[in-house]
Amino acid sequence: MTTKLFGEPVRRREDARLIVGAGRYLDDIGADAYAAAFVRSPYAHARVVDIDVSPALDVDGLLAVYTYEDLTGPMAEPLPVLIPHPQLTHARTGYTLVRDVAHHVGEAVVMVVAVDRYVAEDAAALIEVTWEELPVVVGVDAAEAAVHAVHPDVPDNVAARHHQERGDVEAALAASAHTLSFTQYFERSASMPMEGKGVHARWDADDSALRVHSSTQASTSVRAAIAAKLELSLEKVEVIAPDVGGGFGVKIMHPWPEELLVPMAAIKLGHEVKWVEDRREHFISSAHERQQRQEVAVGYDDDGRITALDVLVWHDNGAYTNYGIIVPINTATQLCGPYDVPVYRARVNSVYTNTVLVTPYRGAGRPQGTFVMERTMDRIAQERGLDRLEVRRRNLIQNDQFPYDWGMTFQDGRPLVYDSGNYPGLVDKLEALVDWPGLETRRAEAATRGKLLGAGMAMYVEGTGPGPYEGAHVEVLGSGKVLVSTGLTSQGQGHETVFAQLAASELGVPLEDVEVTTGDTRRFGYAVGTFASRAAVVSGNAVALAAKGVREKALRIAAELLEADPGDLEIDEGLVQVKGTPGASIPLRTVAVLSNPLRYAFDEAARQATQFAGPGDDSKPPIAVGDSPGLEYTDYYSPLRSTFAAGAHAAVVEIDPATWEIDVVQYAVVHDCGNVVNPMIVEGQVQGGVAQGVGGALYERMAYDRDGQLQNASFMDFLMPYASEVPDVDIDHQETPSPLNPLGIKGAGEAGVIPGSAAIASAIEDAVGRRIAAMPISPTELYDLMRSDGEQVPRLPTATGVPA
Amino acid sequence: MKPAPFAYADPRTLDEALAVLSEEGEGAKVLAGGQSLLPLLNMRLAAPTTLVDINRVPGLDRIEAGEAGVRVGALVRHAALLRSAEASAVQPLLARATANVAHPAIRNRGTTVGSIAHADPSGEMTAVLALTGGSVTVATPDGSSSVDWADFFLGPLETAVHGPAVVTSAFFPALAPRSGTAFAEVSRRKGDYAVCGTGVVVTLDEDRRVASARVAHISVGLVPEVHDLTDAVAGRPVDTADWAAAGAMAQGLVDPDGDLHASADYRRLLVGALTTRTLASAAAEALERSA
Repeated sequence: MTTKLFGEPVRRREDARLIVGAGRYLDDIGADAYAAAFVRSPYAHARVVDIDVSPALDVDGLLAVYTYEDLTGPMAEPLPVLIPHPQLTHARTGYTLVRDVAHHVGEAVVMVVAVDRYVAEDAAALIEVTWEELPVVVGVDAAEAAVHAVHPDVPDNVAARHHQERGDVEAALAASAHTLSFTQYFERSASMPMEGKGVHARWDADDSALRVHSSTQASTSVRAAIAAKLELSLEKVEVIAPDVGGGFGVKIMHPWPEELLVPMAAIKLGHEVKWVEDRREHFISSAHERQQRQEVAVGYDDDGRITALDVLVWHDNGAYTNYGIIVPINTATQLCGPYDVPVYRARVNSVYTNTVLVTPYRGAGRPQGTFVMERTMDRIAQERGLDRLEVRRRNLIQNDQFPYDWGMTFQDGRPLVYDSGNYPGLVDKLEALVDWPGLETRRAEAATRGKLLGAGMAMYVEGTGPGPYEGAHVEVLGSGKVLVSTGLTSQGQGHETVFAQLAASELGVPLEDVEVTTGDTRRFGYAVGTFASRAAVVSGNAVALAAKGVREKALRIAAELLEADPGDLEIDEGLVQVKGTPGASIPLRTVAVLSNPLRYAFDEAARQATQFAGPGDDSKPPIAVGDSPGLEYTDYYSPLRSTFAAGAHAAVVEIDPATWEIDVVQYAVVHDCGNVVNPMIVEGQVQGGVAQGVGGALYERMAYDRDGQLQNASFMDFLMPYASEVPDVDIDHQETPSPLNPLGIKGAGEAGVIPGSAAIASAIEDAVGRRIAAMPISPTELYDLMRSDGEQVPRLPTATGVPA
Repeated sequence: MKPAPFAYADPRTLDEALAVLSEEGEGAKVLAGGQSLLPLLNMRLAAPTTLVDINRVPGLDRIEAGEAGVRVGALVRHAALLRSAEASAVQPLLARATANVAHPAIRNRGTTVGSIAHADPSGEMTAVLALTGGSVTVATPDGSSSVDWADFFLGPLETAVHGPAVVTSAFFPALAPRSGTAFAEVSRRKGDYAVCGTGVVVTLDEDRRVASARVAHISVGLVPEVHDLTDAVAGRPVDTADWAAAGAMAQGLVDPDGDLHASADYRRLLVGALTTRTLASAAAEALERSA
């Protein structure tokens, strides 16, 4: 590898396009398309008594109205349970249009198609649905109480009882020198990409072919779902994810009802149809995440070392379980983080409520698990009079314990085995980065300004890069251009840059020559999707493998032309050359031309490859047996199991005791995602993740009232932080390569968000001396807490080397 | 999020605007900066039959700063008022409050008079109009008249203006001699509607003792209220006045509501904290201006 790009902070090549407005998002497609709008349930739980569409029929420009009655075949069946699991004993999913009962506010009941969105909304507003209201279940406590059932055939509201354990936790707790037990709450938030969902479909009646654009994280699976539901042959369906303005998990859920209904309407009407989700629709009909009640019992010894941990989680999965129990599994299996917990039991009861369904949002169950583990560490520190760094150091998995086998099963169905890590190194770096020993001085200085300063920290381990696989196709054209495609999708992460770096590094070509396509089933049909911090790990390795295949073929062809041994050749700056022999070279683009023996010279370059262009070896066919024309290669990377990234965060807050405003004055991150392909992109991912972590800790919540109405379904009242609320992050890297994949990389996409609530809760607790057992927390809630008789907690000086 | 159908008129004179408003009746709505109105339309929370866009009416975009005070025309954007050195020299509260109005993009389009005519108790400029003892000029087909702030605000989003009318300007009286002002807000995010805001004016007597202290709050009552806190600090020198007592007095005079972002109790807490802080700051400024 002579053109070294791996590890370089290469500027994001997609940014120029996206920043100047030259991106092509879903709503940029199909200016002449008909527009869809939906009548959605105004009630959280209600039976449809009657739908009267007649008042809408006189609206000029109305083209079609669809209700459940219009759905046929597989479209009339419930939506799929995407990830079945034996413990998901009571899976329930909705229909593309409500059949008889709506289970949350916002479920689509009627689809309206008109000449434009204005007219479609006018018509939708005239449709009269008569409802019979049913009892509503909101929140995990009400779901557990099960006075009412969300689904009548699931009277206890429990969709799944997920269970993981190592050792006999009850015996170990009984034998522990000390025990603590407590309950915590974690609130809902949501992905909230700037671009909501959107679908555009075009039906070619002559070809019986469907082309769908969707703002999705999983175009290949959306394609398969559309083909299945609309009973089309797979090769007649194309799905393309264009530029996507953020996903953060909500667009890995699929097929959304609209992803099926828009193509259905396009086929029925013989015309392009488009639906672009508006923000209110996104709040009430896309997915949320994160609400849990966590009941924790922990045993530990005199030194603060954990001897047993027992966790019972009540997890709110909303009205449906389309995405299975991935989030509960993540909470259960990632909860222990970097700590050597010898005896552990996690039970997660996933329960139905009459609210928007819950599917992964960046972090996907891990922020909640981290909240359990890290708040437990803080409590043990308080009980034993230990510095919070010290109690963590005593419990960490040590470097000689890898691979560390938990004896449990991870969310990819594979064994939960930490592949590599250096957790003590993270703590050392964090201590230095945030100047942990200097915090008492800062606390005193803040006090002179009338502020309460507090610091907190939290660590996490994140299973990233799960399989089953991704693939990539790399092809060198006769122009010298290198085409790279992978089926996995992009939502702004910088895949075009990273995949180009990997291909250019492997092939030895200038970065500018590489063109990357993602998420287009016309280019690459086999893929899983973008989720679980897996793009760089799984597609990245596939791109590198495919580029390596091209390189080997290029060297083989060039070796014959240069009459050299392939082992003596290298590729640098797009030139194949004999090592140490200047002049003995051939451009890679010429190799590409010659790789495809021709009869017809369609252009000047092609002449070189035609049959009379030069002497050949008459003893061999133009294409060797087992070889193929063209300088291209397809390869796949299928990981044995997930690879485990890790990190440590610290937050320093200042609180105004007159107004209880909370200001995050410093946020420090030490991050280990193995070998780093592009540090600038990794730091961007961390900064963005921290922004969502701060949002989840201090600003965001889904304010459902008892009737299941979302009270803050707009950006005015759902307080996603602005840039002004997000601190600049101090970042330090540690690189512990993964032994599982050729590039030694681990995922980085979700890490930044995971420990936010735990670290900030710890910092607030440190500042005010009151127990923080529920997140998020706002100034008005902090004021209530300070006036209450809530538990006071001892505040220990932050220092290193505190005596045991 | 598309508005229901409406008709649109873009009159070129005030008379023409008033004529359209007269013809269209109750369903007509004046459009100036649109920063409050258009979201309401898009969410179909409001469905006027006609929008009367006054942006092409000449003469409404002036800021006139004189000895008596500052007159702000109906098309003056928040951003223009914020930048006007002449206006803030006459009445410093104008720039201080405007700086707290939302974000730059909204200040570039939104108008100060439009925000007053919208009569949102979370609006900064409604409170400033009240605190400065200001008034608005209302044009109707029968002619123009001045309406004092106390008669103008009737309730949340409700003013004394009915029928065909355009609020053509707002007048903010000049700051009195030996006076200082301050303005502060607590909002959940920078630029959001205030959870609670406070504007104050402190005036000293010739012996540099507190002669008057007045406060107006934002997001606290249903309409702007001005509270006289002079009794808590009257006759005290600036450095020994008990501003916390004045803050406590303010807490007793307000009756805030709770909402998603703040309980009523928390708002009352903020009324005390912000009043105490802003009074001290305004008094210090009054002392400087008395030198």
